[in-house]
Amino acid sequence: MSATSIVSLPDQSTATMPKRHYINNEHGLLSWLLTADHKRIAILYLISITFFFFIGGAFAGLIRLELLTPQSDLVAADTYNKFFTMHGIVMIFLFLVPSVPATLGNFLIPIMLGAKDLAFPKINLLSWYLYMIGGTLTLAALVLGGVDTGWTFTTPLSTHYLNTHVVTAATAIFVAGFSSIFTGLNFIVTIHRMRAPGMTWFRMPLFVWSHYAASLLMVLGTPVLAIAIVLVALERLIGIGVFDPTKGGDPLLFQHLFWFYSHPAVYIMILPGMGVISEVISTFSRKRVFGYSAVAFSSVAIALFGFFVWEHHMFIMGVSNYSALVFSLLTMLVAVPSAIKVFNWAFTLQKGSITFETPMLYAFAFIGLFTIGGLTGVFLGALGMDIHLTETYFIVAHFHYVMVGGMLMAFLAGIHFWWPKMTGRMYPESLSKLSAVTSFIGFNLTFMPQFILGYLGMPRRYASYPAEFQVLNVLSTAGATVLGVGFMLPLLYLGWSLKYGAIAGANPWQATGLEWQIQSPPLTENFIETPIMDHEAYDYEWLENKTKHEVTTVG
Amino acid sequence: MGISPVLWQFLTKWMHGSALFPAEASTISPWVDALYFSLLLMTIFGLVVVGVLLTVFAIRYRREKSPVATQIEGSTLLEATWTIIPLAVFLLMFVWGALLYFRIYNPPTNAMNIYVVGKQWMWKAEHPGGQHEINALHVPTGQPVQLTMISQDVFHSFSIPAFRVKREVIPGRYTTVWFNATTPGTYHLFCTQYCGTQHSGMIGEITVLTPEDYKKWLHESTSGMSLAQNGERLFASMGCNQCHSGNAAARGPNLAGVYGSKLTLNDGSKVLVNDAYLRDAILNPSQHVTAGFSPIMPTYQGQISEDGLIDLVEYIKGLQTNYRVQQTLVTASSDEAAPPTPAAGTTTEMVKP
Ligand code: HEM
Ligand SMILES: [Cu+2]
Repeated sequence: MSATSIVSLPDQSTATMPKRHYINNEHGLLSWLLTADHKRIAILYLISITFFFFIGGAFAGLIRLELLTPQSDLVAADTYNKFFTMHGIVMIFLFLVPSVPATLGNFLIPIMLGAKDLAFPKINLLSWYLYMIGGTLTLAALVLGGVDTGWTFTTPLSTHYLNTHVVTAATAIFVAGFSSIFTGLNFIVTIHRMRAPGMTWFRMPLFVWSHYAASLLMVLGTPVLAIAIVLVALERLIGIGVFDPTKGGDPLLFQHLFWFYSHPAVYIMILPGMGVISEVISTFSRKRVFGYSAVAFSSVAIALFGFFVWEHHMFIMGVSNYSALVFSLLTMLVAVPSAIKVFNWAFTLQKGSITFETPMLYAFAFIGLFTIGGLTGVFLGALGMDIHLTETYFIVAHFHYVMVGGMLMAFLAGIHFWWPKMTGRMYPESLSKLSAVTSFIGFNLTFMPQFILGYLGMPRRYASYPAEFQVLNVLSTAGATVLGVGFMLPLLYLGWSLKYGAIAGANPWQATGLEWQIQSPPLTENFIETPIMDHEAYDYEWLENKTKHEVTTVG
Repeated sequence: MGISPVLWQFLTKWMHGSALFPAEASTISPWVDALYFSLLLMTIFGLVVVGVLLTVFAIRYRREKSPVATQIEGSTLLEATWTIIPLAVFLLMFVWGALLYFRIYNPPTNAMNIYVVGKQWMWKAEHPGGQHEINALHVPTGQPVQLTMISQDVFHSFSIPAFRVKREVIPGRYTTVWFNATTPGTYHLFCTQYCGTQHSGMIGEITVLTPEDYKKWLHESTSGMSLAQNGERLFASMGCNQCHSGNAAARGPNLAGVYGSKLTLNDGSKVLVNDAYLRDAILNPSQHVTAGFSPIMPTYQGQISEDGLIDLVEYIKGLQTNYRVQQTLVTASSDEAAPPTPAAGTTTEMVKP
């Protein structure tokens, strides 16, 4: 392990907190609640999604606790069903979808492009309010007695057979969906229209490219989810019969509509994370990302192909064999750009000058876990294999490897990486390394046994299960405990660092992005004068020449 | 498979002993397992490649060893390599998986049919001979068995891990799955599609018997009437025979021998008459009018249970002549059930619960 610590990096020891920045620019709660500053909105989002992450996490804990024994003894089956539904809805719609884009994306995209703000600052604030309404409605559904549809809202179960707060939860998702449409729209317009002089498409950081791809998915996919959800509500409230076979409806139609959004949604959840990884790997190996354009195009390829694979969630549902064939083929194709990215990241390390700060540890964890997640996706894309694996714990393990092992690790990599920029202070390095390692170990212990359980045939969403599955479930619960500790730690030490962390300075990692060339925390207007982008992204020689001449701190 | 048979057998033997691997109890299981092991191999290979790259680069190019990075733009050759090789491997898995899928979902023509009705929260199996089972299914070894399944309420899914087969059970439409059991024993039956409160209680037992034991079991568990006999009774009591009597002057088409034929509808389209078609024609007659007839048949939507529909379908399937239909027409006025069948079924008793 490297002995190079951040303290020895150039401007660290002499760094002082700038006098004026976006946090102390205005004071009072209202100055936050009515702000149109993308950075403040990012902070609002960060606080809210962290809150919901721990709500979702609490339900995960309860689920794992129940599954410690084969019987459904901790809670009744009904309650268990509400637990996993709440866990899924909160984690997917209120944490993973907004996680990186609404926090880091919001904060960084304008700065990375050399802009003062997003194209529509007020819509950005509106998006946060919609998110909060969605979140509040979700909590309302919970407090009023819960929902037990599962996050997938399968009809006709959700429309005709449950008497829980389905419409409330559906409304929550509908509203939260619009917050993500607005975020996507804002990003697309900003990336098209607000780039600084010289910032051509192929000089943009890959973080921006991957957000561009994810935004396309948000804008084009989310409305379909909204429609599906509205139809569920209408069918439930006035029995319109779109999905109900006894009224001539088609029960499979809901599956098509739902997955037409929810497959692209998995890429909404991973693409921004991939962007984080590109930045982190480049910075800590001090090298331009290998195959910049391959990585950029693979993001777009994932977004495009991502729209044409939804039926792989329905292979056993009596779809025609030939359409299954087409969707399986396309699923295999969509896995290729992911493989391309992994190899490009690996080769970015080659001939680099690598250090292993916390964000880099999370990035390594991401690559390993995402590789497992992606390759097990190939199991599920292979038609004959999917028959045995679908609807079992294998699926659960697969998507946790990509969403937790992938996206959550990327989120944590990004939070640690840009923490100095957002707050002006460093987090404690050794404690954060400990948490990265703890999470990695806990994660594998939690979800590796679930692959085995899945192949043994254990169905997902079971409150009770045959006794022979207990050993593996106990292992998984033990792992979840370790994982929980790994996730609690950052909350504590990041909170601590707000007051006691070392002053970061403008560019503690000696990274090349425009965001690192301004003070930390940034000014409300980001730049004093519009920057001119006269070099490629990840140009470390440019940075070296620049730092020889000046140290940029303003205020 | 590309794996030597000896190694393969050793591997599966060892895996089966380890409790980390489900029993192989159908002809399809070894095929699924072979693909599974190949995919595992692919995963391990991919992980090793990525892991070695990361580790070697991380050690070789750490800051102490490599204080200054050498910038590299990229390499078209390398990009092509890691595009083409994964693509080739994934395509191989696609073809393999597709072949397996067609095998699992296309039943052989000599399969014996059993009906399954799913509802919150139980499975009901109906054998052609009239044997009913709840949350249980008895099948013989060495005989392809096809399940024709339907749900009475929400989506369910019929899964037998030891056979490596599974299929969604959907309201309003038949789905099928087939298997050929190889090893006598009892195996798990799970509902794998979340279906409400007692989802995890919607489980059962598959009992695989030798053909002799299966015969014995069939005999002991008979309910007296076959599905077709129940269907015949329904056909008369619901008045189907009034129009579908096969008489020249009848207002409905003749149903004898219609199963398996290609029918021309009055909009000119041609359809294959199978289970799904028959069920649908009873429930939504106006959408399936045989050419030359007027759309006068009433809908039976909501008036007949899925079990009743299965009885009717099974009856029409086996209907070869209209002789008995016309017989029942004569007796129907006296409001009596169908006359007893002399030969069919396993017993002549008429006790229908
Ligand atoms: C490398 C590419 C990937 C492939 C080939 C792939 C393939 C698949 C397939 C075929 C399924 C459906 C399995 C079934 O229902 O039987 C599936 C399920 C799923 N995947 Fe992936 N996947 C990939 C990456 C991802 C990523 C990046 C995410 C999220 C960040 C993700 C999240 C999910 C989720 C949430 C489900 C299950 C949804 C549910 O049923 O609740 N996958 N994946
Ligand atoms: Cu998908």
